[in-house]
Formats: sequence, C-alpha cells, structure tokens
Amino acid sequence: MDKSLEQKINDFQQKVDAEIKVEPTDWMPDDYRKTLIRQISQHAHSEVVGMLPEGNWITRAPNLRRKAILLAKVQDEAGHGLYLYSATETLGADREALIDDLHTGKAKYSSIFNYPTLTWADMGAIGWLVDGAAIMNQVPLCRASYGPYARAMVRVCKEESFHQRQGFEIMATLAAGTPAQKAMAQDALNRWWWPALMMFGPNDKDSKHSAQSMKWKIKRVSNDELRQQFVDITVPQAEMIGLTVPDKDLKWNEDTQHYTFGEINWDEFNMVVAGNGPCNKERVDARRKAKENGMWVREAAMAFAEKRKTEKVS
Amino acid sequence: MSNANWPLFEVFIRSKNGLNHKHVGSLRAADAPMAIQNARDVYTRRGEGTSIWVVESNLIGASDPDEADELYEPALTKVYRHPTFYTVPEGIKHM
Repeated sequence: MDKSLEQKINDFQQKVDAEIKVEPTDWMPDDYRKTLIRQISQHAHSEVVGMLPEGNWITRAPNLRRKAILLAKVQDEAGHGLYLYSATETLGADREALIDDLHTGKAKYSSIFNYPTLTWADMGAIGWLVDGAAIMNQVPLCRASYGPYARAMVRVCKEESFHQRQGFEIMATLAAGTPAQKAMAQDALNRWWWPALMMFGPNDKDSKHSAQSMKWKIKRVSNDELRQQFVDITVPQAEMIGLTVPDKDLKWNEDTQHYTFGEINWDEFNMVVAGNGPCNKERVDARRKAKENGMWVREAAMAFAEKRKTEKVS
Repeated sequence: MSNANWPLFEVFIRSKNGLNHKHVGSLRAADAPMAIQNARDVYTRRGEGTSIWVVESNLIGASDPDEADELYEPALTKVYRHPTFYTVPEGIKHM
C-alpha cells in the first residue's frame, strides 16, 4: 500500500537525521528539491559570474607566473560552475532554463561579484578574502544531506585552497613592496573587507531560509557563526602582513576568545542583492552575451556530431 | 533563447592503472569525443586520471530505490554466504 505523504515526509526526515545521504532517485519532499535547486543554481551562477571580475585582469597580470595562475584559477571557477549545474540536473532542473533565469534577473548570485576590480591588488583581495569566505561556507556543505551536492563541494573545496593561497601571496608581496604597492594592497582590503563579510548572508535572526535548511541538513553552520570564524581567522593574517582591517570597532575579546566587529551596512547589501550594485548590469549583460554569441558554436557542434553519426551508419 | 541542450554524459575516471573506473560526475557535450575532451578539462586538471569513460546518461539502466527492499532481501537472508557463518574447530589453521 502506498504511504501517505505525511508518512513519507517523516521517513525522509528520519533518514536525514540518521545522516543517510539523499540520492537523486530517492523520494524527497518538493520543498527540499526546490530549496536545493535554488541554492545550488545560485551557487553555480556565482561561480560563473565570479569569473568576470578576475577575467578583467588576465591580460594585465604583472608577469607570466601570475598570469598562468590567474588563468588556472578562473578555469577552476568554470569547472565549479559545471559541477554545480550538473548537481541541479540530478534534481530534474533544466540547466539552460536556470541560466536564462540568471539572464532575466530572476535568479540571484553572490552579491560580491557586483563590485568592480579596480587594481591588481583586487586579485589578491578576492583570492584571500572572497575565496577565503567561500571556503568557510563550503567546507560544511561537503556534508550536506544531498549526495551530488556534497560530492561536488568536496571537489570544489579541494581546488579552492589554492585560490586563497595565491590571493594571499599577491597581497603579502604587495604589502612588502614599495609604499605605493602597500597602499594599493591596503586600498583593496578596504574595499573588499565589508563585502566579504556580507557573503555569509543576513544575520541569523533575519535569515529566512536558515531554519528549514538546518533541519534538512543542507546547511550545517549558521551565517553568524561562519562570519565570526572568518573574522577570527583573517584578522591575524592581515596583521601579519602589515595591513589594517578597515573596522574601527574591531577588537579582540579576551572573554569570548573572539573578535568583536562593527555593524555591517545591510542597506548596501540589500541594494546590491536587489540589482543596484556597481556592476550588476555589466555582469549579467556579459553572461547573456556569452550565451547568445556562443550559441552558433553549440549548434554547429551538434550538427557536426549528427553528421558524423550518419556517416558512421552508412 | 534556445534551450537546445547537448546530450548529458556520465563521466568515469580511472585514477591509476590497477583501479576501477569510478563515476565522478556528468557534463554535456555534442558527442562522445567532445565529452572526453571536456571531461579531461573538467575532471583531470590535477592529474586525477589515466583513463576516461563517458556514456550518455539516458543509456544507463538504474534500479529503483523504492524497490530496494525486495531487490536486496535475498542477500540479507542468506547469511551462510559469509565465512563467519561457519564454526571451525579449535586448532584448525589456515582456514
């Protein structure tokens, strides 16, 4: 006899509570599926849009070593986007439809990529801070309850750690350079610090998806906890290379053994998420153009494959 | 915008000789040769493989998780297939 929906939902929760991974063909509640498609596709979009701010500097990297590294990093981001789009497809999502949602503005991506990359030091700040924050977010996702997502995140995390190190190396080198180079590094830190903290999302009390995602074990650690971890780890790194975190309220709290830090400008965060950041339009336009201008290549490749198939038969 | 997707391929990588090909993920490509090239770029950028298999996802037959109980029940009721089912007299060696 068929189980009632309520029974199925109960069984599902028990399975998740027992840390048994959910695989693509297993029964899952519609909302679980929808939440995953939304989260994983946003994540995929972020990887792909995230190539743009860095792509801006590939042709202007200061030397061949830096250029080769940056190319490899941007290529990794493309791969990460692909792992994640593939994970959404295991949930029955249509990849092209998801991409079109990005292009029409219906789908969101990480707001950090709507800030411009003005100097070479921004490549350092992005690797160090943005990839650093991303790793902090992504490590717990390696244990997410949905198997294909968790497996994709394991691959992503393995690759991200080189991203953070190469960024920190750029910052450390600039910070140890001429006064102008050091000032450039400090300026990049000033501009990227707060947007990096915003990457962890709204405060826990204002985060509308968090509770359910925690229950489903998609999310394991809260936004505020992750943000605190990031601050605790990153501040000493900045001090070590002689840079100053741009927060006048930042101080070490001996009692809690954590840093206390200033209030995030949530108005700015909301404005950028709503599409009014410095580069929102430019980013989405670039993605849309890439799809439109590349469509003939895809169609030609398909036509060629079809032709080769019929030639083999005859 | 056109939504004409390339076919979906599942990718299997042999990480080194002596080991099985293992499923690593999927990707879209116009045909198998392109799927292998894409898999090279996506899944073996750090020397993860010495051999790649790709197969169109829609060619894979898969068991239904809802039938798992019936499907695997016979294995659970035949404990005598495991060596630990048998008692061996004290002192018997190499068995």
